[in-house]
Amino acid sequence: MNATVWPLIEGLGDQSIELLQLMDEIPMGILIIDSAYRVALMNRAIAALTGYAPAEALGLPCHYVLRSNLCTTGCPVRQLTERGMSLRGDANMVNRSREKIPVRFTASVVKGSGGALIGYLKTVEDMRYLQRPDGMEARALFGRLIGKSAAMENVSRVLPAIAETDSAVLITGETGTGKDYVAEALHNASPRSKGPFIKINCGALPESLLESELFGHQKGAFTGAVENKPGRFRLADKGTLYLTEIGDLPLNLQVKLLSFLDDRIIFPLGSTHGLPVDVRIIAGTHRDLEKMVAEGRFREDLLFRLNVVRLHLPPLAQREDDIDMLMDHFLQLLNARFKKMVSGFSPEARRILKSFHFPGNVRELRNMVEYAVNLCDGNEILVKHLPPYVVQHSAKNVRSSVKSSPEPSGVSRLSSIQTKPAGEWILPPAMEHLPWHEAERRMILDALLKARGQKAKAAEYLGWARSTLWRKMKSHGIMP
Amino acid sequence: MTRVLIPLWNEDVAPRFDLAQEALVALLGENREIAEKQIIVLPQASAEALCDFIIRERVDLVVCCAVDEECYQYLTWKKIKIFDSVGGSAADVLERVRDGSLRSGDMVL
Repeated sequence: MNATVWPLIEGLGDQSIELLQLMDEIPMGILIIDSAYRVALMNRAIAALTGYAPAEALGLPCHYVLRSNLCTTGCPVRQLTERGMSLRGDANMVNRSREKIPVRFTASVVKGSGGALIGYLKTVEDMRYLQRPDGMEARALFGRLIGKSAAMENVSRVLPAIAETDSAVLITGETGTGKDYVAEALHNASPRSKGPFIKINCGALPESLLESELFGHQKGAFTGAVENKPGRFRLADKGTLYLTEIGDLPLNLQVKLLSFLDDRIIFPLGSTHGLPVDVRIIAGTHRDLEKMVAEGRFREDLLFRLNVVRLHLPPLAQREDDIDMLMDHFLQLLNARFKKMVSGFSPEARRILKSFHFPGNVRELRNMVEYAVNLCDGNEILVKHLPPYVVQHSAKNVRSSVKSSPEPSGVSRLSSIQTKPAGEWILPPAMEHLPWHEAERRMILDALLKARGQKAKAAEYLGWARSTLWRKMKSHGIMP
Repeated sequence: MTRVLIPLWNEDVAPRFDLAQEALVALLGENREIAEKQIIVLPQASAEALCDFIIRERVDLVVCCAVDEECYQYLTWKKIKIFDSVGGSAADVLERVRDGSLRSGDMVL
């Protein structure tokens, strides 16, 4: 527990109760401010919202902790002094992780038994689960997963049932397929939705910092640890912890995570006392964890524990039927955002977009539509409004298809890869639905086979420099 | 020479970058002395307008409290250094910039 001495409540039972401990059990942000508008006490829920640990925030001016849009324009607490009655309203705050969060607050005066003003009580409720950016309500969250393709319907069908369970979930899928979105939707539709949803990218921090960020630390645990830090596990208590890029979690921390999944107790850095926390784990990755297990880079036992419920999000290439729907959805969304009146796509622009392979999946499609909407000065998106690389890709495809139809005599050609002198190639139909990484690997192997192992010739088939082929072979684990 | 901008709320660092209506702009000389200091009144509180001003005025360092990810990434992309989650009196904060001891998250109170 913190070195700071927290207030006690007397008379509720045989023993005194620590007020903060009681406040921590309430799944809503609670902040007690003194008469000088400085933070006197705050609970774990508001720590999760603001990113400030209670001990860190203690004594800071309230506006530097809450950072709400009302702080400088009409602080409700200062209005309380004038009006003397409770207030409630909506606002937004920007937390330490630079997220803008819609909140609902109430503010009231705290008076002593003699009637003198002691301070103020403020409750802050995270409204993200109610006020989605597009105004959609929580119950419709899964409805926001757009897609009628068989692959997507399989996912949508199981989501409500997964949300109801408390099991660990592993979400896999290529980059841009919506893993983060699904994780948050699962939390918001789960019985833990009133609790915090804490996300941490396991690949974004060096190991030493990540351990402290995840499990917290005790004051003095290492140089610079001047205060106790609760860590993301404790901040996510009674809520959900989403570990994104779990494949990048260092082996050492995999052991600590495994230990938590076994006994639900965390050990902050520098502490020998375990702290029980009630957290649901959702992990996400674009990596092939089974392959990492085989290579000794990911613990098999951790994979077993995370793999209780597994959700694979299909790449956009496998959701051909959804592309039209997604394009129209993003157009509508971005029209509203940029205050535009674009009614749709020209048939040619639509064809070009639909023929693209989208290595960046739904995120890339959204970015393309955003680009086009920004550039569009009329009421229809034309080819000239699309990103040049998409149009070029489409033109190359057409040229390549025309060229590759009759087999040039006397020239050895790959059977499954259509090559062009410019060094660009298009995927044969059989490979179109493969993840890009796998398709590329197969093409390299195919080229090497056709070239009877001669790398120079294989590189020529692929239209690459020899060094490019060597580098890509190395990255795919194909030994030169 | 380093041009520093601090969004203001009265005499203090503004709690929100996007809601500041004034900003302190200071020019630090070769020896980190304050060569120039002025307070700019912005026509309206707007993150976009403030970002434009920062780019136009060739500011090198922004010291602010809460800034959203989009602005942060935009300014970083424009090669502008940002110390965020900083609070306290603007004069004291500027002094900490001058002596090179200010870091993101510092509350100079």
